[in-house]
Amino acid sequence: MAEDHTHDHPHDHKHPHPFQPDLEDKPLTHYQAMTEAVGELLIEKGVITGDELRAMLELIDSKSPAAGAQMVARAWVDPAFKERMLDDVLAAAEELGIDAGGIPIRAVENTPGVHNVIVCTLCSCYPRQLIGLPPDWYKARSYRSRTVREPRKVLAEFGTVIPEDVEVRVHDSTADLRYMVIPERPAGSEDLDEAALAGLVTRDCMIGVTLAKAAG
Amino acid sequence: MSARFAVGARVSVRAAFPPGHVRTPFFIRGKTGVVTAILGPYHNPEELAYGRSGEPALPLYRVSFHTADLWRDYDGSTKDSTVVDVYENWLDDASGEKN
Repeated sequence: MAEDHTHDHPHDHKHPHPFQPDLEDKPLTHYQAMTEAVGELLIEKGVITGDELRAMLELIDSKSPAAGAQMVARAWVDPAFKERMLDDVLAAAEELGIDAGGIPIRAVENTPGVHNVIVCTLCSCYPRQLIGLPPDWYKARSYRSRTVREPRKVLAEFGTVIPEDVEVRVHDSTADLRYMVIPERPAGSEDLDEAALAGLVTRDCMIGVTLAKAAG
Repeated sequence: MSARFAVGARVSVRAAFPPGHVRTPFFIRGKTGVVTAILGPYHNPEELAYGRSGEPALPLYRVSFHTADLWRDYDGSTKDSTVVDVYENWLDDASGEKN
């Protein structure tokens, strides 16, 4: 098409290109409106200040998978720490100076015979304090429904093919606990120090949809 | 408060369908699994959701199911399992059932 479109004709450039909608172009949902209203009321009544609300949002946004990765790397190099982490994630986090918040979190460990993957079928429970904000797909109905129904297919779509002789263990965090996966330490990572090991630990492998990155 | 079921106990999830805020997923209702951990007492979410106290707190369990028992045409491995956190008010003793 480009070849016979020479641009030597008058061209007024009034093509109707669709614009990307602004945030305000869609109506507020019920819960958005309620959230805005409660936030404004709390500020208006002096319960919190606007700055405190902003600071809390900033704190939530600042959480990243780095904290979880640091814990996994320590667990790989220190089996006693790993046992303590499997026993009590919040206390283990505190040992490393990480504030894991007050919501109970449990770690589940991948082994040669078991691959763990986390889902919250009822909503989108997620250990934000240790692995940051959840990706949109984690909250999507397709991930939430398919991960319990056909976990191996979902994992394969993430590029993670689990052999038939390995158990796929799906954890549905339906209640008050949050879950994270301790992936297997990659082969060939023996010479890496703890910081380099942490670099192999991604958000997705702590959800369980992938393995840790390969070493080197 | 003591937990009614021990680790290793066979339990079945009540096949009940009450209205309201319920944290027991449909796909395990009526299914039988094994308690793998006792997580301790937690406030009852079915009460908390409506602004009530959630007390008395209920023991919360991790219950492991064979995934192939949950879905009629599950096409993964027979080794695959699904672990769900279930409050005690949803569990019945299934020790008499065949494995």
